[in-house]
Amino acid sequence: MLITIKYFGQIAEVTQKNEEQIEISEGSISELLSTLNTKYSTLKNKDFQIAQNQELVDLDSELTGAEIALLPPFAGG
Amino acid sequence: MNRYNRHIILSEIGQEGQDKISNARVLVIGAGGLGCPVLQYLTAAGVGAIGVIDFDVVELSNLQRQVLFGTSSLGKNKAIAAKERLQDLNNDISIAAYPEPLTYQNAITLFKQYDIIVDGSDNFETRYLVNDACIITNKPLVFGAIYKFEGQISVFNYHNGPSYRCLFPNPPQKDAVPNCSDIGVLGVLPGIIGSMQANEVLKLILGIGNVLSGKLLCYHALTSQTSTLKINRNETSIQSVLDEQDSFENKQMNIGCEIEVIEVSISEVISEKNVQFIDVRELHEHPKVDHLNVTYIPLSELETSLHKIDLSKKKALFCKSGMRSKHAVRVLQGLNINNCFSIPQGASEINNYLKEHNKIPSNER
Repeated sequence: MLITIKYFGQIAEVTQKNEEQIEISEGSISELLSTLNTKYSTLKNKDFQIAQNQELVDLDSELTGAEIALLPPFAGG
Repeated sequence: MNRYNRHIILSEIGQEGQDKISNARVLVIGAGGLGCPVLQYLTAAGVGAIGVIDFDVVELSNLQRQVLFGTSSLGKNKAIAAKERLQDLNNDISIAAYPEPLTYQNAITLFKQYDIIVDGSDNFETRYLVNDACIITNKPLVFGAIYKFEGQISVFNYHNGPSYRCLFPNPPQKDAVPNCSDIGVLGVLPGIIGSMQANEVLKLILGIGNVLSGKLLCYHALTSQTSTLKINRNETSIQSVLDEQDSFENKQMNIGCEIEVIEVSISEVISEKNVQFIDVRELHEHPKVDHLNVTYIPLSELETSLHKIDLSKKKALFCKSGMRSKHAVRVLQGLNINNCFSIPQGASEINNYLKEHNKIPSNER
């Protein structure tokens, strides 16, 4: 299936883009993550949460969504 | 014409809503990029009691975004400089400046005095401290954080909603996420995010609109895009904070905020020359320290008694237990009066020390 992935903050710096579309077979969020880790080797050093269709999900969740977001914490103020 | 006329003529607010604003008590953590616009709009709106805590001083590189300050504020403590500007903006409200770091020791007592807490801090350790203290004291937390051109806003711990730990359970590894002073930030960004935080505060006070609880709003200044993500409450994360609340005040901050040493022991300072000893207790308090040449400046009169301070000398302040004298040192530092130290021993202990060691300070020799 075709999904849109949005990158925020430092994650967008790793991927060099704010969003992209990728074709991926069905599976879990963690399988999507390993695909991304292969594509972007420094991604595994970053802290972030994952949202699917605008809702936070954990790694075991099934990949269902059209839109995934990788969201890192910000400290600045 | 009433100062708040433009609020009062809104049917959603009215005099009743304005009275709610006047009765509200809001504490703002940090008077930096986010804290400045939050404080400015809450003061203008007439929030009856505002507290601001910040240990840091105004630097030239802050003026690009910290709009409460001007060149005349350089070197002053941010909480005190902010209060000066805000009190000029609105003298009808009460503003408390806390020129000190937020710690596990002072957070709970401080938070209990306010209805709403606003996080404008700039490091993860303080952000988790603020979140946990809000859980323990059951206060709503208006959260804002920025990174380069992006911002995040949410309201945590509101009506059994999620907390920051339900979004990010634990702080990231140290140095994994840099802050504004290391990597830069678009000056207007904290203005936008801080204004959105002020908006959430007013909605909470007034009980109108939809509060950003259970949601994280992400804003990108370069694309002008916003994304709103749903966050669910995680009972385990919140319960673990509550389970540890008894040991909360025993925890220590790890961050290198490079807080300078402001204490000096009596045994150390007694042998020094050119020291002015200042008793910051109220005048009726005893015992006096008779063997030292003491200047009496009660903490309550400190800011109006600056002429009594000898700028050519090292200042050693004391009180009953070392708490008020430490606070006074922070206040003086905030007013750009340097070379001030607090003696952690109280007056009685100082007297005992002098008696035991038969010491008379070198000033009197």
